Amino acid sequence: MKPRRILIKEEYCIGCRLCEVYCITQHSPSKDIIRTYKGSEVRPVSGIYFEEKGSVSFAIQCRHCDEAPCIENCLTGAMYRDEKTGRVLHNRDKCVGCWMCVMSCPLGVIKIDYEKKKVVSKCDLCIDREFPACVEHCPNEAILLVDEKGERVEKKSG
Amino acid sequence: MEYDQLRKLEKNAHIPSGCGISGIVNRKGNLFSGEKIITSICLMTERGNGLGAGYAGYGIYPEFKESWCFHIMYDDIRVKETVEAFLENRFDIVNEEPIPVKNVKTLKYIPLLHRYFVDIKNGRKEDLYSQQEYILSTVMNINKNFDGACVFSSGKNMGIFKGVGNPEEIGEFYKIYDYKGYIWTAHNRFPTNTVGWWGGAHPFGILDWSVVHNGEISSYGINRRYLENAGYYCTLFTDTEVITYLFDLLNRKHKLDFEVIGDILAAPFWDSIDIEQDMENKDFWKTLRIIYSSALVNGPFAIIVANSNTIIGLNDRLKLRPLVSAEKGDFVYLASEESAIRCICRNPERVWMPDAGEPVIVNVKRDRKGKDG
Amino acid sequence: MAKAKNIAEFIIERDEKKCIKCQACVRVCSNDVHNYDEETEEILSDNIKCVGCHFCEDICPTGALTIRRNLSETKENAHWTRDYIYKVVKQASTGGILLTGMGNDRPYKNYFEHIVLNAAQVTNPSIDPLREPMELKTFIGRKPDRIIYDKTRGKYILKERVTNLLELELPVMFSAMSFGSISLNACKSLAKAASASGVYWNTGEGGLHKDLYPYADRAIVQIASGRFGVNVEYLEKAAAVEIKIGQGAKPGIGGHLPGEKVSEEISLTRMIPEGSDAISPAPHHDIYSIEDLRQLIFAIKEATSYRKPVGVKIAAVHNVAPIASGIVRAGADFITIDGIRGGTGAAPVAIRDNVGIPIEIAVAVVDQRLREEGIRNQASIIAAGGFRTSADIVKAIALGADAVYIGTAALIALGCHVCQKCYTGKCNWGIATQDPYLTRRLNPEIGAKRLSNLLRAWALEIKEMLGGMGINAIESLRGNREQLRAVGLNEVELNLLGIKHAGEAW
Repeated sequence: MKPRRILIKEEYCIGCRLCEVYCITQHSPSKDIIRTYKGSEVRPVSGIYFEEKGSVSFAIQCRHCDEAPCIENCLTGAMYRDEKTGRVLHNRDKCVGCWMCVMSCPLGVIKIDYEKKKVVSKCDLCIDREFPACVEHCPNEAILLVDEKGERVEKKSG
Repeated sequence: MEYDQLRKLEKNAHIPSGCGISGIVNRKGNLFSGEKIITSICLMTERGNGLGAGYAGYGIYPEFKESWCFHIMYDDIRVKETVEAFLENRFDIVNEEPIPVKNVKTLKYIPLLHRYFVDIKNGRKEDLYSQQEYILSTVMNINKNFDGACVFSSGKNMGIFKGVGNPEEIGEFYKIYDYKGYIWTAHNRFPTNTVGWWGGAHPFGILDWSVVHNGEISSYGINRRYLENAGYYCTLFTDTEVITYLFDLLNRKHKLDFEVIGDILAAPFWDSIDIEQDMENKDFWKTLRIIYSSALVNGPFAIIVANSNTIIGLNDRLKLRPLVSAEKGDFVYLASEESAIRCICRNPERVWMPDAGEPVIVNVKRDRKGKDG
Repeated sequence: MAKAKNIAEFIIERDEKKCIKCQACVRVCSNDVHNYDEETEEILSDNIKCVGCHFCEDICPTGALTIRRNLSETKENAHWTRDYIYKVVKQASTGGILLTGMGNDRPYKNYFEHIVLNAAQVTNPSIDPLREPMELKTFIGRKPDRIIYDKTRGKYILKERVTNLLELELPVMFSAMSFGSISLNACKSLAKAASASGVYWNTGEGGLHKDLYPYADRAIVQIASGRFGVNVEYLEKAAAVEIKIGQGAKPGIGGHLPGEKVSEEISLTRMIPEGSDAISPAPHHDIYSIEDLRQLIFAIKEATSYRKPVGVKIAAVHNVAPIASGIVRAGADFITIDGIRGGTGAAPVAIRDNVGIPIEIAVAVVDQRLREEGIRNQASIIAAGGFRTSADIVKAIALGADAVYIGTAALIALGCHVCQKCYTGKCNWGIATQDPYLTRRLNPEIGAKRLSNLLRAWALEIKEMLGGMGINAIESLRGNREQLRAVGLNEVELNLLGIKHAGEAW
């Protein structure tokens, strides 16, 4: 199946970069913003890229392509498609750090963990939660979640 | 409280009251005794508290039916003299006499009650509208400017009789059973204040209109200002007065049918206008609501309005006060309670509850003179 | 001292335990209050630049920021308060007129807070709006005094139709705010919300941007002294036309949109050269009298083939009732009265705070005057200037208004924190600015939703208040001053408002 995807409305991006803050927090061990930033734990790398030129800015993350070059080019099968959700995910245990995925990604949204020589960070659409953290916390709804038909999915309030 | 204080209170304050109302009409215009209406209104004792009752009868003065009849109450003889001087100036007085009454010991604060049958001086009889305007301004003038006088009836061949007391006492006092009419209405009042001034009792009337009313109007403030805009000065601060003037304005001046007036006073809801399939009806109701928004009577009410040719029963748009109607032969009955109809007409051919905002309109088609029934 | 320093109005408190140095505050502040020092890895905040808009406080992900008023006090003095001292200091430095934004902030008597509402008890039943119909539908425009119809076969057929009315689902509209004074995104938010909620928005004197054409059938377009953006298309697309003579925040004063704000889009919409100052003169130079106004009203009616209501907006001034009566007689279908608390994008402080009269009294005297003259049906009254809650609206309607305009309240729904710095063009909330870095902060989808929410919430509250009074249609409240009572007003005030004091029965 096709995954839900993130839709970027760059005309409403205000350049606050809070999406990065929340992405990092969500993928940290404690998932607590202050502990993530001020505590002793290792701070993960953001799965979302922020781009800015003049007044135009936006945040971009893995598109979970239908035909994903990162999967095709992965030597070990570490990069795979989750059958149930359609998401492109990364298995750290299988990863050997060849960085073919990084090279083949047309959008450049897969990041390298230089210390461990592995691919560490790419958007997983927040696997642990119903609603991605960047979408939920974007103060201006510049990052939206859309379903397989391209229609906006809104978080149920309450 | 002293009478004077009570009168001031009644004249200057808006006193809400619950009430019983009743009305009887003979469609053919045949006259019948006032006894029936007394029986009917007196059955609903629970709806009054002895602080006001009254009757209106049509066709009761056949011998003076071409003259305007004023029923005026006076606090004292002095004001009577000044008002009479004023009347003599404006009218040819055909006949005048004290309203005949019977001594009822339980009644308090009885004012001087007098009636006058008058013709307008040099009045152009063919122009009814200007005659009516003249009468209207006379009544407004007396009620507003002559302290201690109150005109409580000013039509032709009709009269209003009212006072502070229960319907039995007032009926007995005025000997209503001695009159014969083709329309009778009656009122039994439950005011929430102490009242002592007879002018505050109902029916309320102007020209040949009479209104008996059970309810309280939440839109009173705007209805009154709307009427002031149209030249009606409310002197009594009662809901009934407002309703009477609305009927006079909408029927006599704007020439609207009673059915239409019903749709103004108890306007259909937008919800029902929206779903109306007939575009002409839809347009009509919408326009009606736009133009006459300030004449919408909001709040609970049941009213019986009469003039020389018609009797109308009407409920508010939610039907928050009771009104029942029934008919048998040439007679149509309207009352707050079914029992008040059945006590004078044991087996009506039809009894029904008028829907919210749906007027019951009965036109009287009088034979040339009307027969005594 | 030759050079006096301005005092900081606000103090920025940063809780270092909570601050994660994400620098969101640094990035978003248009006043450059916050700065990140790469060497010390610290964020420093300059209090003196802070205008108190609270945008950083809102955006901070950890709640580390608190903006407080600077309580640094001058010597206690009831007459020479801090405000007045620093106004003098500022003008001694600049030699200029003090400018400000938003509405009058002086503590004039607020009549809304001296008026209480009625409720039904015993003698008539209150109505539950959740279970019974409760009608707020309102029509704006000229209405005939009576209906004319034919009765044929028991059916009533209108002989004269009533046309040219605005139909409102609730008696609240968005007041005139031009594209220029506010951003296009702010205009879009207002236009979308008005369309979705069945009310109207007002273009102000800014023309009608092409992006707003889909919402033009819900637009009241303004013709003001500068005539910006006025063309045939503008008039034809609109639902109604409003001639603006004055506004509550600056009666008798014109407008000035500085050239630097006149971007390409604004230049196209206003039909003026890019980068040129847009100056609205104080008066209309073709209206020096009531008969001139009549000519303009009928010129517009001719131009629109008498298919749209044409209204006139004036500031509430001393002679408001006779002026209003003249305007109605000059042919206006509605009259907008903007009270002393009406807002603006820019006005001299001295004017904003001292000229005009309160809207409560203005509405009361205008309604009364039109009724006394028997011409109340000929024009609707729209009240504007400082409406904050549904209760203010209910009171204004009971005093005699047909509907109200809200401006500041709408902007607050869009984020505004009433910092009164609209005239700087640096609005952090993306409202009163044309800066592309800032305007993108107002997402019209969110804005429209929030405005619709506000209208919905107020409609529900108005229905509750009406139901409490035992009234189920807003027209039975309009001008129904019996439903109002005053608390603590003197006799002159009671007479002008036409209401009784609390404790007086009907």
